[in-house]
Amino acid sequence: MSDAKKLSPVVMSEYQYGFSDPEEYPFRLPKGLDESVVQTIADQKSEPDWMRDRRLAALIEFGKKPLPPWGGDLSDLDFDAITYYIKPGDHVSRDWNDVPSTIRNTFERLGIPESERKYLAGVGAQYESESVYHNLKEEWKAQGVIFLDSDTALREHPEIFKQYFGTVVPAHDNKFAALNTAVWSGGTFLYIPKGVHVKIPLQNYFRINAKNMGQFERTLIIAEEDSYVHYIEGCTAPSYTENALHAAVVEVIVKKNARVRYTTIQNWSSNVYNLVTKRAVAHAGAVMEWVDGNLGSKLTMKYPSVYLVGEGAHADILSLALAGSAQHQDAGAKAVHLAKNTTSVITSKSVSHSGGRTSYRGLVEVAPRASGCKSKVVCDALILDPASRSDTYPTMKIKNGTTVIEHEATVSKIGEEQLFYACSRGIAAEQASTMIVNGFIEPIVKELPMEYAVELNRLIGLQMEGSVG
Amino acid sequence: MPTLKISNLQVEADKTPILHGVDLTVNSGEVVAIMGRNGSGKSTLALTLAGHPHYTVTDGTINWDSTNITNSSPEERSHLGLFLSFQHPLALPGISVTDFIRAAMTAHDQANHRTPLSLRDYLVQLREAMALLGIPNSFAKRYLNDGFSGGEKKKLEILQALLIKPKLLILDEIDSGLDIDAIKTVSKGVNTLHKTGSAVIVITHYRRILNYIKPESVHIMADGKIVKSGDMALVDALEKSSYDAVTA
Repeated sequence: MSDAKKLSPVVMSEYQYGFSDPEEYPFRLPKGLDESVVQTIADQKSEPDWMRDRRLAALIEFGKKPLPPWGGDLSDLDFDAITYYIKPGDHVSRDWNDVPSTIRNTFERLGIPESERKYLAGVGAQYESESVYHNLKEEWKAQGVIFLDSDTALREHPEIFKQYFGTVVPAHDNKFAALNTAVWSGGTFLYIPKGVHVKIPLQNYFRINAKNMGQFERTLIIAEEDSYVHYIEGCTAPSYTENALHAAVVEVIVKKNARVRYTTIQNWSSNVYNLVTKRAVAHAGAVMEWVDGNLGSKLTMKYPSVYLVGEGAHADILSLALAGSAQHQDAGAKAVHLAKNTTSVITSKSVSHSGGRTSYRGLVEVAPRASGCKSKVVCDALILDPASRSDTYPTMKIKNGTTVIEHEATVSKIGEEQLFYACSRGIAAEQASTMIVNGFIEPIVKELPMEYAVELNRLIGLQMEGSVG
Repeated sequence: MPTLKISNLQVEADKTPILHGVDLTVNSGEVVAIMGRNGSGKSTLALTLAGHPHYTVTDGTINWDSTNITNSSPEERSHLGLFLSFQHPLALPGISVTDFIRAAMTAHDQANHRTPLSLRDYLVQLREAMALLGIPNSFAKRYLNDGFSGGEKKKLEILQALLIKPKLLILDEIDSGLDIDAIKTVSKGVNTLHKTGSAVIVITHYRRILNYIKPESVHIMADGKIVKSGDMALVDALEKSSYDAVTA
């Protein structure tokens, strides 16, 4: 089981010929996980003792916690086949010609700029951000905004980091949260002071940032009272990694009357288990919005959550999942209403094609004392062919009688009639299905920044190629 | 020269035979009416002509000019010039009227080796056609047929036809559920196309629309066959008695 080739023969065989020359990394741990691995990570980062202790405690939790019995099939996931830490260096370079042609073609056809392509494929060392980035950096600094990778933030702002780290997603929350706490590296730290509105979405202009991408990144966002920020991570281009596990944790604290929007578009290569815990706490009058798009991976299990702890807080969760051949997207959302007059809207759209599988797994919970809450859940699934599958697992735990709940679930087996209609107008079947799928997800795509939306539409076109018989 | 020649067409769906040998010829630019009761096979014929995958041709042929299109894909038939106005047009959420029709026209231009219209020229044509059918400009941005009334959907079918300019327009109960004003509007669109040379097959239960779209020949279908053919006199006879009496 230690051979990762087992995971996905097609993709892994490409990696055998491309990518990865371990000697070019400045530092890389052997595969597998034990205490010495965690100690080495803490040593490498020269972390304070409290973080080392948290890591070690989390490792024990990780050993104790069972794999989740629900969700996708994790039986092939081999924790001993994973490299838990590779020190990022400036000299990570692979030859562009070694990148599999399928990946290069995808970048080209998505219209990703050359400099970004190389970065995405692990060829370029650092995507050179433009001067606009430096100007923005000055502006944020003047406002007191802290926007750093998490490792740097821990060094430079240890007091804030310690105050909030693990308060939203504790290590004992689940096996993968424990794993992340034990071995985390990279990720984003974002602190928005009281009353500050960050006008431009962060990450929008420099969406590729070496230290943000990793297998076990840890992201922590603190929005002080009356502040606003939109944070965007990921990109539609496939993210290639030889490591088969991505287990990130994202914690967001939205204080009184603040608003945070967190947009993720991820397209992991089809060998990756993408198991991410994303959770926000929304205080009184606060608004938390998750926009979460999952395109790639072998299995994704991801349920962005909002704990509504202050009166009048609002959660808006948009989840988009696209599953093709040999992919399972088990995605959804959680809204936990712990305070009065809190509201939540969950919108899930999933598309399965070419034998792919999508599941919506959602929870709406209302505490006994939380009166006057409202929640609306809409999940739509589009199934493109008989080999594909979609399931819905909604859970409602309503312990207060004044709650207003709406739940709508539709499953459209496409489209055969829609497809015929479009074809009868002369539009080729492949293009017609691309249009129908893009139309189906349009309510979510229109929430994305323009370049992401354009790329996403193109990507769906690529995925539809050959998917129509 | 005939545009469409259907010979001994036998069709089944879900292993159930529906059409039992239909023969029909529609000449270039001709207007033909097909009448018949519910379940007589009219819609099956229309959908089969358009190439719907649910319907299997078990015998017989459909010829378009000199081409046998019995097994052609729906888009190939469309590119040759066949257009079905659906009895129940489908909604395409997330795809605007403007985008959908442009994609269809571009596909036709590419298939027929023509240069697609510029966006500006396309929008001019779209607006003209919408004006002819009295469709408000706001519909251009709406998602195709999504939340449209029955009448609006039917007008949108004719709008598409006006822009795609088919050689043969098949109207599958375009009149069902329409008030008299809508019937007149839709007929105006159909006649505009007819004047430019398009042939038309009008499938209907009722005489009403034939007052506006005047057929040169009338065929009556029953039990999956054309049982009687004639001209408007046949329609008059139907009005006076019944399908049973006329086809007996």
